[in-house]
Amino acid sequence: MRASKAIDRKAEVWRRLQTVTDPELDEPVTDLEFVTRADVDADNCVHIEFRLPTYWCAANFSFLMADDMRNAVKELPWVADISVVLGDHMYADQINAGLARGLTFQETFGAEADGDLDELRRTFLLKAFQRRQAALLAHLIEAGHHAARLIEMTLDELVVLKVDEAGARLRTRYLERRPIIADATSRAFVDAEGNPLQAETLSTYVRTLRRVDINAEFNSALCRGLLHARFDMETPLSTKDTRRFEPPRVSPQDV
Amino acid sequence: MYRTANGEEIFVIDGHTHFWDGSPANQKNIHGKQFIECFYAYHSNLSPPSEKWTLDKFSKYDAKTMHDDLFVHGYDDMAILQPTYLGDFYKNGFNTTERNAAMKKSHPDRFILNSAFDPRDGAKGLEALHANCEKYHVKGVKLYTAEWKGDSKGYKLTDKDSYKFLEAAQKYGVKNIHVHKGPTIIPLNRDAFDVADIDDVATSFQDLNFIVEHCGLPRLDDFCWIATQETNVYGGLAVALPFIHTRPGYFGHVMAELLFWLGPDKLLYGSDYGIWTPKWLIDKFMAFEIPEEEAKETGSALTLETKKKILGLNAARLYGIDVEAQKKKIKAAGGYAHLAESVHAPE
Repeated sequence: MRASKAIDRKAEVWRRLQTVTDPELDEPVTDLEFVTRADVDADNCVHIEFRLPTYWCAANFSFLMADDMRNAVKELPWVADISVVLGDHMYADQINAGLARGLTFQETFGAEADGDLDELRRTFLLKAFQRRQAALLAHLIEAGHHAARLIEMTLDELVVLKVDEAGARLRTRYLERRPIIADATSRAFVDAEGNPLQAETLSTYVRTLRRVDINAEFNSALCRGLLHARFDMETPLSTKDTRRFEPPRVSPQDV
Repeated sequence: MYRTANGEEIFVIDGHTHFWDGSPANQKNIHGKQFIECFYAYHSNLSPPSEKWTLDKFSKYDAKTMHDDLFVHGYDDMAILQPTYLGDFYKNGFNTTERNAAMKKSHPDRFILNSAFDPRDGAKGLEALHANCEKYHVKGVKLYTAEWKGDSKGYKLTDKDSYKFLEAAQKYGVKNIHVHKGPTIIPLNRDAFDVADIDDVATSFQDLNFIVEHCGLPRLDDFCWIATQETNVYGGLAVALPFIHTRPGYFGHVMAELLFWLGPDKLLYGSDYGIWTPKWLIDKFMAFEIPEEEAKETGSALTLETKKKILGLNAARLYGIDVEAQKKKIKAAGGYAHLAESVHAPE
């Protein structure tokens, strides 16, 4: 009974970590295999360890992911304490000391930073919004939905729109990021400034956004490969294309 | 020299090569060890298995190995030597102008020697730049904005001192500024890979060319936008090109985008030797076509004419190389003695 409860709690932690993304790649840190340990001890303290594709990965993104992991796991009501430790990184000591003391990025880096990570976080959430929107729009256009209809569609209509399995997954991903755009309309699709889209220029709009998408795909391939080479892992290098259309997975550690 | 099946000759200028010493004996600290190991991860991750080296060979190769990999086994006719100093990580520097100059001296018709500067070096740095320009008549410099120097973790091209150095470089005859973005620029909370500073200096220095190495990766989207606004911004294909092997689909995407936004005259081939070697890169590149769907969407095509530009003609234009005259020089020095028609026809 006790043992199975511990396993359940560990699985809960992994499910929470599944919601944390690498801001640059917009993919869960668990899928990227950054997280190497997520344990719950007898006192309900959670111990998380993670690593990154290179020793040089940007300090701000590294800190952001650690902070997001801590916040995601904190939401579990039974958690007494959380430690997040980054390994094999140029700023590991500094970041780990800051995390252990619950400091902000600015407090951790002092004069080396001139503010916290809010602006950076927003920039990359916007990129993720654009990327997910472009993928969904492209899918819907391909499925025969007319531009004139798509630009007028409300959020409520999008939620109940009949789509295939791939479309449903893209829609879920898009709706997760849609709230970051503060706009007064109930339109399903607006640009990053909250403005409505135009039917005549919709395909050009989607094409332009696709650059953001290609960028992230490219980085993702690179980061996976570097992680693989660095830690000599036996993971396949190009799992992304198939994984994208699968339902969310739980980690192998769950079972 | 690459020869097509019907005997057409393609003159190849490798826009990005290194003659480095990353060996343990030269490493100053853990960062030096991690730096070469990170390069090695790029190498071993993106190279075909048959082209993989040992870490030992990768850390320090000799001049003959490099010469042969580029010009005998590989199709390069000429190669640009790009220095990366990293004085805080390596005792004698990683890949200095002096080290490269010795290479250039042994093979004067083969190499284009670039130098480097660091705006944080102040008056001494300006003097060194002047001396290097006078001594080696360099037409290009490589800037590594993320280099650590004492307490500093990098600089931006928009820093006041960067302007001073760019003005000086221009005065000393430099035309081409190769920019490599890395991850650590203060303040650390901002995006260190941001390419906006390139936009700024490209506008201010209209007579200089800015070659953004790795096409601004990981900021390809922003880079494409800047490069379409600025006529003097170019993309170096090092790092993007080896994806042709591991992820040909993505490489096709990227090339289609780059050709759509920048056009065929603004892209430069680079092997990033010793991270990758020219032979397999160019074999694959010559055989590559933009996937049909991408081509239809963007109107981009990798025609033979476009490939010729990317592989050599664009760099020849930037560096004032007369291709026909250069071929004669290389031939007269016996540089093409190894070439046989059959060997250089694609399989």
